[in-house]
Amino acid sequence: MPKTPLPDAQGRFGPYGGQFVPETLMSALKELELAYRKARRDAAFKKELSGYLAHYAGRPTPLYFAKRLSQKLGRGLRVYLKREDLLHTGAHKINNTLGQGLLTRRMGKPRVIAETGAGQHGVATATVAALLGLKCEIYMGSTDIVRQRLNVFRMELLGARVVPVDSGTRTLKDACNEALRDWVTNVRTTHYILGSVVGPHPFPAIVRDFQSVIGREARRQILRETGRLPDYVVACVGGGSNAMGIFHPFFRDRKVRLIGVEAAGRGLSSGAHAATLVEGTEGVLHGAKSLLLQDSHGQISGAHSIAAGLDYPGVGPEHSYYKKTKRARYAAVTDRQALAGFKLLAQTEGILPALEPSHALGYLVKLVPAVRRGSVVVVNLSGRGDKDVEVVAGAL
Amino acid sequence: MNRIEAAFGRLRGERRKALIAYLTVGFPSMRLLEPLAACLQEGGVDLLELGIPFSDPLADGPTIQAASQKALLNGVTPGGVLKSVERLRGRGITLPIALMTYFNPVLRYGPARFCRDAVSAGADGVIVPDLPPEEAAELIRPARRENLDTIFLAAPTSPRERIRGIVRASRGFLYYVSLTGVTGARARLPVSLTDHVRLIKRMTTLPVCVGFGISRPDQVRAVTRVADGVIVGSALLAAVGRSGRPVAAASRFIRSLRRACG
Repeated sequence: MPKTPLPDAQGRFGPYGGQFVPETLMSALKELELAYRKARRDAAFKKELSGYLAHYAGRPTPLYFAKRLSQKLGRGLRVYLKREDLLHTGAHKINNTLGQGLLTRRMGKPRVIAETGAGQHGVATATVAALLGLKCEIYMGSTDIVRQRLNVFRMELLGARVVPVDSGTRTLKDACNEALRDWVTNVRTTHYILGSVVGPHPFPAIVRDFQSVIGREARRQILRETGRLPDYVVACVGGGSNAMGIFHPFFRDRKVRLIGVEAAGRGLSSGAHAATLVEGTEGVLHGAKSLLLQDSHGQISGAHSIAAGLDYPGVGPEHSYYKKTKRARYAAVTDRQALAGFKLLAQTEGILPALEPSHALGYLVKLVPAVRRGSVVVVNLSGRGDKDVEVVAGAL
Repeated sequence: MNRIEAAFGRLRGERRKALIAYLTVGFPSMRLLEPLAACLQEGGVDLLELGIPFSDPLADGPTIQAASQKALLNGVTPGGVLKSVERLRGRGITLPIALMTYFNPVLRYGPARFCRDAVSAGADGVIVPDLPPEEAAELIRPARRENLDTIFLAAPTSPRERIRGIVRASRGFLYYVSLTGVTGARARLPVSLTDHVRLIKRMTTLPVCVGFGISRPDQVRAVTRVADGVIVGSALLAAVGRSGRPVAAASRFIRSLRRACG
């Protein structure tokens, strides 16, 4: 276990992380780091953020004992769902965009940009921009615009401009590239609200900290509810923000097993997947060293997942560190298994999960035979499924 | 002394400014690399910057993005680029050559092996736009050993203390990014450009060359009044890409800039 808090002064989590960005952005990253460090210690900032989280976003979210789901899974398993799907805008993304939005205002920048895959981070950014009176542009791959058009419409209603990205694979990876290019160009007036625990330092730490409210609440709630810590904490991983948000407060609870579930797409052997931690190799993408999907020449591979929010060939550096140090375990489930997870929750509990956390739910079925009877499992239900109804209808 | 140092020494003696031309290797085709390089050499280019294409070129604008994508479709790899440098050296290309790419292909190739193979192929320098000096130790160490120049970029947003670090890490020349933005032709360059270049020149004896956004003779003239050279990439690729006779187009374009460059 590391003696000093991570990341270190160079923004590293062990060998991962860092700042691999064009020189133009280096001083903006420094500015952000200083602004964040100051804000963290500022009681007024903390009070304002927790006020918005409580009264605007709807925190704390419930930790719900999913009785019928547990019964269905068997072996006396007790499954608790951390209901981030009940938050304003329908996913955990708002935890981070509120924090970074307030930070943007403190830095005196009038404009924000963001990348989005499933559109949840885009919606959460557009929401906060409207709330705080910031100009807002969202980069989104043109493939994702088609499959998540409900969210595109939501962003536009909120006053944001959605910029389609036609380069590369036309998904989240390329939206990230384009957002970084915008930031390089408009860095003096613009803050880039990165949506996951990826990117150059200090983003992975900032997003983790803003999302850690999930794990802090869940830890408190499960202790109150069951009088003990859970045996497992399970969350889906694309870039990894909801997973890191719930994992991080359990980091020192060595007996709590942390499991990240990635997208195996059409199957790991098909090559059409987004299982970066399970299958990836070390490299540098979007400003950080981490595991990623690439070919033997260092070209980034296209990812695939039925869940647009997981369709990303990179992953947050802290997850790579958790994997390397074995603090967390990472598995992958296919599109089909995720759809089964979606259906399972819908029909046992009356909750439509987003396709992203459907991967975590789909994994439970695989986990059951391996666990001790009566194990307690906390699943991060990171978002709700309204945005996915069309995709699911087409796939089932 | 490698070719880059020798070239700038000669230019200084002749009181001339460097014209640096960028090509993405494999755009529009691998076959055209040699005739393009030869025409640039004949047209008075002083240094050749050869781009190893990367799938996610986040410092590049639409022109070089498209060229990179085309080159990747043409099957270009880092190893293939190094082989083509070796071939150029065998065919009478004596210009200094700096390789431009992103860090991931270098990392995958292995930085030490990359530096060794680059130098033995006949390259003289390397430019990696997503690698600031703080992160560059694993490239700088082998590059020094092989005498491969590490050319770092300074930007309009770089404060004085960062420029000092960039100067320390740089060999051959310093690449000043004219504007806050990605590569690609611009109608106008920032008015503060000349002041920034003057400031940097006071901090180093290295030649300072300016790139990003430069496409026209009048811009070349203005920039070389203070800088030691200019770098032209997107505008050259655009001229090559839209012409049915790419080599003639490159030649015409580069000669117009050469006259302005002095």
